[in-house]
Amino acid sequence: MSAPVKESRGQEMALTVAVAVVIVLLSLLPMLRLIKEIVAPGGTISDTAIRLGLASPATWTATVNTLVVGFGGTVLAVLLGTFVALLVTLTDIRGRSTLVLAYVMPLMIAPQVTALAWLQLFGPASPFLKMIGMAPPLGSRNPLYSTEGIILLLGVQYGPLVFLLVRAGLRKLPRELIEAARSGGAGWFTVLRTIVLPLMTPSIVAAAALAFVSCVGNFGIPAFLGIPANYLVLPTLIYQKLAGGGPAVLGEAAFLSVLIGIIAMAGILAQEVMSRRRDYRISSTSLPADPYELGKWRLPVEIGMWLFIVLILVLPLFGLLLTSLVPGYGIPLGWATATLDNYRFVLFEHAAAQRSFFNSFALSIAAAAFAVLVAVPVGYLVAWGKQKWIRYVNLSIELPYALPGVVLAIAALLMFLRPIPFTGIQLYNTVWIILYAYLARFLVLALRPTVSGYHQIDRALEEAAQVAGAGLFTRLRTIVFPLVAPAALAGGLLIFMTALSELTVSALLWSSGSETIGVVMFSFEQGGDSSYAAAMSAITVSITFVLMLATNLLAPYLPNGVLPWRD
Amino acid sequence: MAGLTLSNVTKTFGDFDAVKDVSIDVRDGEFLAVLGPSGCGKTTLLRLVAGFERVSAGQIRIGGEIVSDAGGSVPPEKRRVGIVFQNYALWPHMTVAENVGYSLKVAKVDKTEARRKVDEALALVDLTGLADRRPANLSGGQRQRVALARCLVAAPSLVLFDEPLANLDVHLRASMEDEFAAFHKRTGTTIVYITHDQSEAMALADRIAVMDHGRLAQLATPRELYSEPANEMVASFIAQGIVLPAKVLSTESGNARVEVMGHEVTVRCRAGDGPRANASICVRTPDLEIAGEGEPGIDGTVMRAVYKGGALRIDFAPAADPDRVISFEYPGHTGFEEGARLRLRIVSGWLIPGSGQGA
Repeated sequence: MSAPVKESRGQEMALTVAVAVVIVLLSLLPMLRLIKEIVAPGGTISDTAIRLGLASPATWTATVNTLVVGFGGTVLAVLLGTFVALLVTLTDIRGRSTLVLAYVMPLMIAPQVTALAWLQLFGPASPFLKMIGMAPPLGSRNPLYSTEGIILLLGVQYGPLVFLLVRAGLRKLPRELIEAARSGGAGWFTVLRTIVLPLMTPSIVAAAALAFVSCVGNFGIPAFLGIPANYLVLPTLIYQKLAGGGPAVLGEAAFLSVLIGIIAMAGILAQEVMSRRRDYRISSTSLPADPYELGKWRLPVEIGMWLFIVLILVLPLFGLLLTSLVPGYGIPLGWATATLDNYRFVLFEHAAAQRSFFNSFALSIAAAAFAVLVAVPVGYLVAWGKQKWIRYVNLSIELPYALPGVVLAIAALLMFLRPIPFTGIQLYNTVWIILYAYLARFLVLALRPTVSGYHQIDRALEEAAQVAGAGLFTRLRTIVFPLVAPAALAGGLLIFMTALSELTVSALLWSSGSETIGVVMFSFEQGGDSSYAAAMSAITVSITFVLMLATNLLAPYLPNGVLPWRD
Repeated sequence: MAGLTLSNVTKTFGDFDAVKDVSIDVRDGEFLAVLGPSGCGKTTLLRLVAGFERVSAGQIRIGGEIVSDAGGSVPPEKRRVGIVFQNYALWPHMTVAENVGYSLKVAKVDKTEARRKVDEALALVDLTGLADRRPANLSGGQRQRVALARCLVAAPSLVLFDEPLANLDVHLRASMEDEFAAFHKRTGTTIVYITHDQSEAMALADRIAVMDHGRLAQLATPRELYSEPANEMVASFIAQGIVLPAKVLSTESGNARVEVMGHEVTVRCRAGDGPRANASICVRTPDLEIAGEGEPGIDGTVMRAVYKGGALRIDFAPAADPDRVISFEYPGHTGFEEGARLRLRIVSGWLIPGSGQGA
């Protein structure tokens, strides 16, 4: 073999090996470690963990609760998301892109912030209800501390997820399919019932599966709404067990987290089975259908839609803002009483809160930067690689994100509870274990846009560089990276926003000194300091919102659909 | 079944006239092809007739009943118009029978009655036995026939075809053309057939409406379009006619004496056409001959001669006007080289009626 051939093969090999190492470390290892804990704790095969877990009544209660809120939240999310998608996509409603931005916004807000905002809106101490004189007496129970409350908020949180998928499906619906039905004598509602909705079932089912996995794995909403009512789902049960028992109950927690994993996977599998039976692949590049003219209903529908946005987005955030300005619990808010003290306290006075801002920013930036750097070569192999096993690479990177965050957190705990073999490095009880979990969990958020970026680039651009004599690494650095950089960066920004107020993973992995914003917010709320929690939430929401708008500036350089909130 | 009348129909998108002042009268049972280059407004015309677009001005009547005018529009589902789409537009979630029977189901026709009609329609397009298949499992030609059966079953007053053969390969195209012709003969339905393919339009239609930039350029039978184009656009568009400037010297009972590049010839003309300068004539390959020794003709040079299989395509630059290159096909294999001198004789032609008026 000649030297040039060796060199080119060598670079390709190096890239493949590097990608494989990253994937093994971030994805396969934690999953295998978790399974080992269940099947063979301490190295010998045993079913003790499984038997103990199954024998505990708390397991069963939490499982049933998980399924109840999981299904309830999914049904509500599917109804809301599909309805809004139909209205926004198929009718001549005005202000479409603003509506999409506003409706998708809850998806970008951390679940515990959503929970906090709604709690502040409806609670007896609600500054808003007090303003309009409708507050229930102090001491009365917040109606959201209930199963229905959790289902409602899960539906609001994940409705946009369904919306995005169904809208993408509707946009691919060729107009001829609708026009053929209309000239066949069908009115608009008949077309909707007999053509549009049946053709959308694959999208709706896929969206439902995604919403189900998200609802089942959600920690923030049942933590804020369920724990006070002693209504536990599996993620909150795990949290309580670990908070109370520490590493000693790790085996039990591992069993519970696998249980959530199984429930989530069952949701995904059910979707696979259902969509295999109904494969309505639409292969057309036709124009989308002409919008249905609402006529005299246009204004009422638009007003209704905006009232809905006010209800699910504006009012809760307004409630949050008001609470963050209240000087103390139950004190009515007015021009005289409004204060920025809560902001001053969390930003400058409370040591843990201050630390948490630093930690969360550092963690989010590190996770985002790492993911962008890794996503470019991995995306290269996934999108342009010829190897057959690439498909599985993609799948294994999706896994830590597809599975509920609790699962990954427990796996990380198991891996790093003891120092890393041969090195003696201790990650447990440091901020690094959180970073590891973030890297594993969020990598896919940068990979997906990068891969779709690759699919939009003409491969000839790289081949031209190859012909000009550039080796693989040179091509990656000088040609490929600049071309996919916008897509990868957008993915990085998504990671930053998601990680900044993340709670599920850090709630299980934090230690004194490595608090995150989510953790501190949660402990403020649990300690009854809603105003401080609200102030922190208001800060993160505004950062997220500013970032969303700033990222829009990147939009002209991005493949379609990378920024979920942009129409 | 019913006729279709368009009166001064105009459709404007923003400040762009997609269809401008088009009037066409389609007789009951007629097969009308609407022909034109892409972007000429023919698809907009079809969507206006189907009711998916509203007219900006003018009026559309189907079977004598006004369905569109500036005041309002009957929605597509109330027009009883069948459409065969270019991409077939079969619903992938329904079987062939469900696709075909859709309009009956919507109209709440009794189930056994509907089943009978579906079977009949399927038999008519030779698809008996495929009723329970899904569209995904059919060939291109079969899908096209399902689409035909689907619009047949509703007994529409009018069937619109939107470039139905554009997605099929050449072999299938020819056999589907025959099938459409047979379909028209059997059902006697009024058909409006949109296409950009001249040979398709020529083969199928009773009359052809040629459109250009949103306007109706000519509405005539295929023969008339070919031999007596009404204007320069139609003359050059149909069968790549050659349009040459001419001076009309005299006319007499359907024949005109014209001067073309210093060469005097007799061409056919419309009765009543009179002498004028700045006119144009339309000449086609069969009207051209290579002049022999001593015969009159147009002198010039061969710019290029390309072998096209069985014939040569010759680009000829007349000496009198070298920029007006005349391209024509000449049967044979050899005989002309680039730069060769040549004399071209015009044997016959057609004086384009509208040309040179007012000059």
